[in-house]
Amino acid sequence: MSQKKAPYELPIGPIHPALKEPINFTFQMNGEVIEKVDFAPGRAHRGIEWMGMRRNPVQILHLCDRICGICGVAHALVFAQAVEQIADIEVPDRAYYVRTIIAEFERIQSHILWAGVAAHELGFDTLFYLAWQIREESVDVIEYITGNRVNYGIMMLGGTRRDITADMFPRLEQALRYYEGLLEKMVNLFLNDKTIAMRCKNTGILTKRRALELATVGPTSRASGLAMDVRIDSPYAAYGDLDFDIVLPDVYDSEGNGDVYDRIIVRIFEIKQSIDIIRQCMKQMPEGPVLAEEKYAKLLMNLKKASGEAFARVEAPRGEDMHYVRMNGKQEAPEMWKVKASTYSNQMAWVEILQGEQIADIPIIVASIDPCMSCTDRVAVVGQDGSAGIMTKEHLHRLSVRKTRRLQS
Amino acid sequence: MRATMTPQELADRFVQKFGSRVSNIQVKERREGVKKLPQKTVWMTVSREDLNDAVAELISIDYPHLGVIAAADNGDMIDLLYHLQVFFGGKHEEICVVFTVQVPKSDPHVPTISGLIPGAVYSEREKQDMIGVTVDGIPDSRRIFLPDDFPEEVYPWRKDEKGIPPSMVRELWKVDRPTDRPVPPVSEPEPVEKKEPEPAKEAPSGGAAE
Repeated sequence: MSQKKAPYELPIGPIHPALKEPINFTFQMNGEVIEKVDFAPGRAHRGIEWMGMRRNPVQILHLCDRICGICGVAHALVFAQAVEQIADIEVPDRAYYVRTIIAEFERIQSHILWAGVAAHELGFDTLFYLAWQIREESVDVIEYITGNRVNYGIMMLGGTRRDITADMFPRLEQALRYYEGLLEKMVNLFLNDKTIAMRCKNTGILTKRRALELATVGPTSRASGLAMDVRIDSPYAAYGDLDFDIVLPDVYDSEGNGDVYDRIIVRIFEIKQSIDIIRQCMKQMPEGPVLAEEKYAKLLMNLKKASGEAFARVEAPRGEDMHYVRMNGKQEAPEMWKVKASTYSNQMAWVEILQGEQIADIPIIVASIDPCMSCTDRVAVVGQDGSAGIMTKEHLHRLSVRKTRRLQS
Repeated sequence: MRATMTPQELADRFVQKFGSRVSNIQVKERREGVKKLPQKTVWMTVSREDLNDAVAELISIDYPHLGVIAAADNGDMIDLLYHLQVFFGGKHEEICVVFTVQVPKSDPHVPTISGLIPGAVYSEREKQDMIGVTVDGIPDSRRIFLPDDFPEEVYPWRKDEKGIPPSMVRELWKVDRPTDRPVPPVSEPEPVEKKEPEPAKEAPSGGAAE
């Protein structure tokens, strides 16, 4: 850091596996303290919407699976809902339940994945390995149901491509019991740990008011005490039939000031909620088919004639996911398709929650909105004379570990 | 608990306040699940002059969550769709409000709503990038998703001559193996000569080593 006068600039990225997309951060630093934050997304913009507007809806559905590797079912589900509204497709009741079960298993695996990453960012690698080990069970169940660990390909316009039959329930129940048995341990390890509390409490605070103004979604806004969950607000799939409440930080007696600790609380207790939801689904599942139209040629013919516009929203593990579709009845491809993923809404919060924090806190705060797995890849420190020193991910990680040690001693 | 209203009441309130300046009001419902609980939506078209007033009116009812601003190329016009939600948090109370704003392509300007909803900047920047609508008064007008070296006056969501030209599209199936790569550090292995198939041996047992 050859620059003499504060504030100096600290760029992070653009290659940055901490995020779903590579992203470029620029921090204005004054000593250890972050004064100003700026970010530039779009480093991995793949033009999926552009591609979609040149494909038919069934092709887009499978493209949706590939928008994100973690919430693979959320995008496909929300796109299917939007098109079903336009084409007036009546989805069989059983399909709603299949959709709900798979979406909740996805939430379990996504939240545990995040919990592991959060532990890693704090230098608590034992917990990271433990979390990722127990995540395997949910991925195994998803594979058992759909045949795939990622890119499930289970959604179809007008239902699902596979059923979850009663003889599969014991395997699902086994997984739920497994997680139920681990819940207490997870709460204990994540929330009663002195070090995690020291690093996460009062770090990266997002107030309720700002959470609302910045249009944040999902666990990020709920951790700030903002009651908002698409599953309850605008019930889709089978969620309207089920009994559950929005998880807010007060489930663990936290005031909910919107710090990193509260985001951990919300995600851990949402795992508990998902277990409950899946149980209710298995109990109430109606009989019947799971797909409205099995002949794809006929389905595509109907879709070609459909015209109108619609949007649909689902609660993905990271928050509200929204698709807007417009079809004109003249061509197969939709006239317009807009995808809004959850991180799209949450990124504005970074500017707010990183301000005034320290370099060593960057990894955990950036990860706390759950942009995706992993951590800061590398940080390049560019001096005033243009010479670039490279701070590796390991170095940044070491800084974070050192801070943990300092607090412990 | 906040006071809520029905979608029709909400629509009526806008008619009362704005009269004929809001048009094309549609109250829609979508029902899913066995209980068929409604997802409530209200669509309406407002002019760009009234956009900020309409959002302010919605704020006076309940501070909305801005889902996204969607946009579509509609021939001579560009449709901007502001997706807002109010009354979330209560059980099944939420109403989604969609303000459609049409701006002519000859004068693609729209006022910013970031004065009322600061989180809108992100979506407004995207609209400038993707469909070429200038957002007047936007606090941060830099590009957001498109790279810095992306040509000016090309907007990926447009369907007209300002859309992506065919010269910018690379078909993956036409792309050959790259020829400008450095030589690999290890030389390519010599092609193995094909031998005559040996006489059939005993089939491998496939079991574990003893």
